[in-house]
Order: sequence, then C-alpha cells, then structure tokens
Amino acid sequence: MGTILKVVDLTKDFGGLRAVDEVCFEVAAGTITGLIGPNGAGKTTTFNLLAGTFPPTAGRIAFDGQDITDLADFETFRRGLVRTFQIPRPFSGMTVLENLMTVPQDQLGERFWNNWVRGGAVRAQERRLREQAIDILEFLGLDHLGEAPAGDLSGGQLKLLELGRALMADPKMILLDEPGAGINPTLLGEIVERIAALNRRGITFLIIEHNMDLVMTLCDPILVMADGGLLMEGTADQVQQDPTVLDAFLGGVPA
Amino acid sequence: MDFLSVLSFAVFFLIFASFFSLTSLGLNMQWGFTGLFNVGVVGFYAIGAYTSAIVTGPAYPDTLFGGFGLPVPLGYLAAILTSALAAFVVGFVTLRLREDYLAISTFGIAVTIQLLALNLQSVTRGPNGLYSLPKPFSGLSASNLVDNLLYLLICLACIGAVYWAFERMVRSPWGRVLRAIREDETAAAALGKNVFAYRLQAFVLGCAVMGLAGALYANFIGYISPQDFVPIFTFQVYVMLIVGGSGNNRGAILGGLVVWALWSGSGGLIAAVLPPDLQTQAAAVRIVLIGLILVLMLLYRPAGILRERHIVSHEARMGDGARPPAADA
Repeated sequence: MGTILKVVDLTKDFGGLRAVDEVCFEVAAGTITGLIGPNGAGKTTTFNLLAGTFPPTAGRIAFDGQDITDLADFETFRRGLVRTFQIPRPFSGMTVLENLMTVPQDQLGERFWNNWVRGGAVRAQERRLREQAIDILEFLGLDHLGEAPAGDLSGGQLKLLELGRALMADPKMILLDEPGAGINPTLLGEIVERIAALNRRGITFLIIEHNMDLVMTLCDPILVMADGGLLMEGTADQVQQDPTVLDAFLGGVPA
Repeated sequence: MDFLSVLSFAVFFLIFASFFSLTSLGLNMQWGFTGLFNVGVVGFYAIGAYTSAIVTGPAYPDTLFGGFGLPVPLGYLAAILTSALAAFVVGFVTLRLREDYLAISTFGIAVTIQLLALNLQSVTRGPNGLYSLPKPFSGLSASNLVDNLLYLLICLACIGAVYWAFERMVRSPWGRVLRAIREDETAAAALGKNVFAYRLQAFVLGCAVMGLAGALYANFIGYISPQDFVPIFTFQVYVMLIVGGSGNNRGAILGGLVVWALWSGSGGLIAAVLPPDLQTQAAAVRIVLIGLILVLMLLYRPAGILRERHIVSHEARMGDGARPPAADA
C-alpha cells in the first residue's frame, strides 16, 4: 500500500529546548499506526507540527503526495488531515448536532451573502449536513444527545464527539491524541470498535496512546518516541521485546 | 400632568432607548455571538454621529471641511459606511489579538477617536461641537410631538431591519461559525475555519450598526460635542447587553430599554432620596447603581433576561420528535 504521510528530519525547538529532534517516519495508507513514548517524548508536539498548529524549525512533511510543511491548521484540514485534541475541545454552548454541522468546509451558508442571495441552496445543503451528522451520531451512539449542549457531555462522550467532528470532514487521515485517556473500560471498547470500523472504510489513523492494551490490539505498526527522537518502529511484538523501548519507558532497566 | 406631556415624555424616552438598543444589537454581534471584547463601542458610535453631522449639517464659519447640508438619509448611509470602514481598518490590525489585548487596544482607539473629535477643530469644532443639525420631518407639523413620533418610527424601523437581518445571519451556517469561534477559537481553526476573517466580518457589521445608532442620535438631538462620547457609554451598553441577554438579539433590544429606564428613572429617584449636601454626588450614585445591577445580574441570572436560544441554527433539529423541542427563550 502507498505512503500517505511522510515525515523527513522533522525538528522543533522551543527556545533552547529541542522538543522534536530530526524525526523521520512514514505512515502507510490504510493502517492504524500507533505513536507511543513516555511523557515529554514529543508526541503531541509532533501532532501539532503535522496538523500545522505551529511550523517546524526544520524538516519536511508530505501528505498524500504533497508538501504540507508550511500549511496552517485550517489548510491541512482542507487536505483531509484532521486531528483531535488530547483534552476535548467541544463548542460547549452549542448542541452536539450543531457541533458536527459546523465542521464541513466551504459550506455555502458560511459566506453570509449566500444566505441572502441563495437561501434555498443553503437550506438544502443544511438538510444534507444534518442527515450526515445524524448518521455519524448514530454510528457513535450519541444520537440520543443530538440536541443536548455539548457542555453537558461526559468525558468519554466528549471523546466520541471529537471523533464525530473529525468524521464530518470526510478525512483521509485522522490524528487521534489519546482517545483512551480517562475513559471507562466499556466505553473504551466502543471507541476501539468504532476506530477499527472506520479504518475498514479506508481512513488511516495515527494514534497517540498510553493505554498499552489499546495500542497493542489496535495498532500496527507502532512508532516509539523518546526524548524528541524516534526510537524504533515495529509490530506490537517487536516493540514489546525491544530492550531500548523498555529502557525508555521504565528508565535504566538492565537489558 | 396631562396626557400629552406624558406621551411626549414617553416618546422622547423611547427614542433614546432605541439608540441604546441599536448599539446593543451591534455589540451583540461582536460580543454576544463572536466573543469579541470590543471596549471601544463609543468610538464607533461617535464616528457615526460625526459623519452624519458633517454630511447633513450646515456650513460653519470656522470649519475647513464639512457642512455639506445633504439629506439626512445620506447622513445615515455615510455613517454606516465610515464606521464600517473604520472598523475594517481597526479590526484588521487588532483582531489577531486575543481577549484582553483586543479590549485594551479597542479602548485606546475609542479614547483616540474622542481626542480627535476634541482636537481636530477644523472639522469638529473641538469642544464647541457641531450644532443646528437637521432633523428629518421637523417643521412638517407645528407639533414637536408629531416630529418625535415620526422620528421614533425611523428608529424602530432601523431596529426592526437590523434585528431581522442579524437573526437571519446568526441562524445560518455563518452564524454557527461565529459561535464556534466564541466557544473555542483554537478548535474552530483546527476545523478549518478562517477565524480572523469571521472575526473581522462580525466586527465590521457590529460597528456599522453602532455608527448608524450614533447618526440617529446626532440628527435627533441636533448638537454633538466630544462630551457625548465618553467611555462610560461603552460600559452602559455592555450592561444593557448582559442584562438583556448576551447572544439573544431580542435580549439586546430589551436590555437597552430596561437599563435605560432604570438609568433615567434613577436620576429623579436618587435626587429625591439623597440629602441636599450630597446632591452633587447623584451622578456617581447612578453609576454605582448600574454596577450593582450588573453584579446582581451576573450572580443570579448570568444568561440575562432572555437567554441564548438552546438551538440557534435553523436546521439543527434531530427531527421525528426524538426529543421534545427545546424551549426557545
């Protein structure tokens, strides 16, 4: 299968601190790739660089055959590279359905004059978006909460809402930042199922996660970061048996 | 007191309330829906007032520019355009700033505009102000009351038109993006929205309405000077919006009416209650009273008299009665 994301010598300095240090990796299209590593390894910074939240100090990023190194977050989103946040960021004062309907790009009605001159077309598009959003809410099991304010959702439901918003964008690839953090085991199982189902539909995932059960069952291959650098890449078995990985996570265990 | 004087007082009161309601509507687009902390409301109101005064007013012997004496509707139109243009320029340089920085810079701009009015004597006549501004319909009848009633109709028509237009816009996908930006700017940007462009649009539209309100004021009162455009005005409008219901256009209009009633009604009350040697402090007591209303409102009904609708977007209902329809405020 082809490569969907290619990262070459990616580097990010925050003042004197090198958070990401000449990282190189590739993500094959159609995979669920894991990104693990101890706290402070540079995983979330890497996500921010990929998504265009801030620019890298050095290095290149190519997505779907095109260079996206210098693109801002809303531009990478347009190309189909969508990220979720470690701590969910819902639009709390809006309903769950409105949260989803906000997502799609270039809606006719987002240009305010279209609401005056092309009202009918705007309404027709709105109804299509609503159907799409309701389908996604049903898939995620959130449809009973469609008219609830997003601020009323529990932590796990917010994670699903984040995933739902990502899906509204018809993404080619989703960057998931700790989908399992703070989630009860039952809901976690549901989230894992949904990710696998979406992957079967052709969406590539790159997932940061500390829950090793989730990573080992869901992700292949797995990338391991430590101290800003890429430590290794391999299957779940290879990663688990690698002494340098154990060393990075547990710190100085004799191999 | 006979009926006619009560009526003419009521009309006069409502005209003034409508200047505030209209300004509050403009601020609602910025603060209520987009979360822009514009602390320079009075500046844009002043730009509208001075523009209309210059466009419609008579030629003064001591000014170098202005006194075009054009029809009043052109003054209103010019006021909308200049305040929108000023908002575009100001917004373009300040709207990349967030919350408190935006507040500080807009406050500075309002003060600058007032200082310009005070010092640009060849256009504004400085502290002497611009006078004899034409009022539409005046002289149409012998009665001042009829004039004012007609002017009230103009004001209500403006409020109605702006309300109708703003409602339609905030309930559209465009308005949904504004609210997303208000709720979480970073997430809105991550979802591909050009946050700056939307903030600028909301800012310009809101300021244009503030400018129109200023023009309505100038041509009603017939005389404007820099003392009319002091920073306390901005805070009055914020209190009106918060009391009425930030994020609800009807609330913005209602807040203007309610708070203006309290403000103008409290003047007489305070004068009656205060002992004679404290009468000079009556104006300060009024400001304290407004502050108290704001604090009580924030403590006991932070969403305002009319809270924001539960579902704002036109088409955002699950349908099929899956849930009982949410109560619209």
